[in-house]
Amino acid sequence: MTAKVLTVTSGKGGVGKTTTTANIAVALAGLPYKVVCIDADIGLRNLDVVLGLENRIVYDLVDVVEGRCRLRQAMIRDKRLPELYLIPAAQTRDKNAVSPSDMVRLCDELRNEADWILIDSPAGIERGFRNALAPADVVVVVTNPEVSAVRDADRIIGLIEAEEKGPARLILNRVNMNLVKRGDMLNADDVLELLAVELIGIVPEDEAVVVSTNRGQPVALDGKSKAGLAFQNIARRLNGEQVPFLSLEEKDGFFARLGRMFRTGGA
Amino acid sequence: MAGWLEQLLGKKDKSAEQAKERLKLVLIHDRTDLTPHQLELMKNELLEVISRHVAIDPAAVRIDMAQDGREQRLIADIPLKPANARRR
Repeated sequence: MTAKVLTVTSGKGGVGKTTTTANIAVALAGLPYKVVCIDADIGLRNLDVVLGLENRIVYDLVDVVEGRCRLRQAMIRDKRLPELYLIPAAQTRDKNAVSPSDMVRLCDELRNEADWILIDSPAGIERGFRNALAPADVVVVVTNPEVSAVRDADRIIGLIEAEEKGPARLILNRVNMNLVKRGDMLNADDVLELLAVELIGIVPEDEAVVVSTNRGQPVALDGKSKAGLAFQNIARRLNGEQVPFLSLEEKDGFFARLGRMFRTGGA
Repeated sequence: MAGWLEQLLGKKDKSAEQAKERLKLVLIHDRTDLTPHQLELMKNELLEVISRHVAIDPAAVRIDMAQDGREQRLIADIPLKPANARRR
């Protein structure tokens, strides 16, 4: 095994980076691949709660870096999937407790044991972002269809290119199709025209994400919700499959739901 | 009130279009680190240099930033006055 290191970042906070990381991880682990997630948001850890693993933390990323435990000891195994692991962030330290070269070393150590290493980057363009970017083979930028998120995504894409980690790939998260249809929300074409990067996912705004996050059960554990299906499709695209984009145009009426029941994966 | 009528007539009152237009301008300036004011200064200097050598009509000149993928381009369209017009 030689793992690919995938970093999820965004520039702006609150666009759904952690939710995206958790769901791509779950979806890749369901394919099934051996996946290790690293929460690089030191001081503001969250990937543990989104994955529902918060009660099982003993050691964290900083413990590994500072040699208080072995890498294996900090990897929490998610029992719902064959091989999904989390290395949580430290909550009581700051971003400077870890350096970009620490991250590179840690990922190199993991490369032979996993198929995918997913890094959840903190918001911003400082040390935490540099840490998350340093070991990346693939960088995914998450944004929302709104002016501030798109502007910050553009800035971060520029920084990724400057670090020669590009081309970044884009996930457009929380698209509200009713607003798009009304002409009151940027659509995927608008955002792609502005940012000029490759799109690998459109995730609709979906109440199921809120509910599943409350429970610590990422939507991508099953493909029953639109968002869950969208995240599963992103994982398949990252895996090199050609998967058509979800048609978000369809009204979620009786026939649409009936149609989805009969469809598997696809669409 | 007349929202539907404007929609019917295809008027550009959709907020998404405004967002896109505003973002286009913002991204140009973010990417080039040039403010509209600096762009204006540069434009004036360019015109000054060019008009030292050839006759141009400053009102017909267009100098704009354009996006080409993730690259920014400075596009100048500077119509020259015919030579015989200059000799007179």
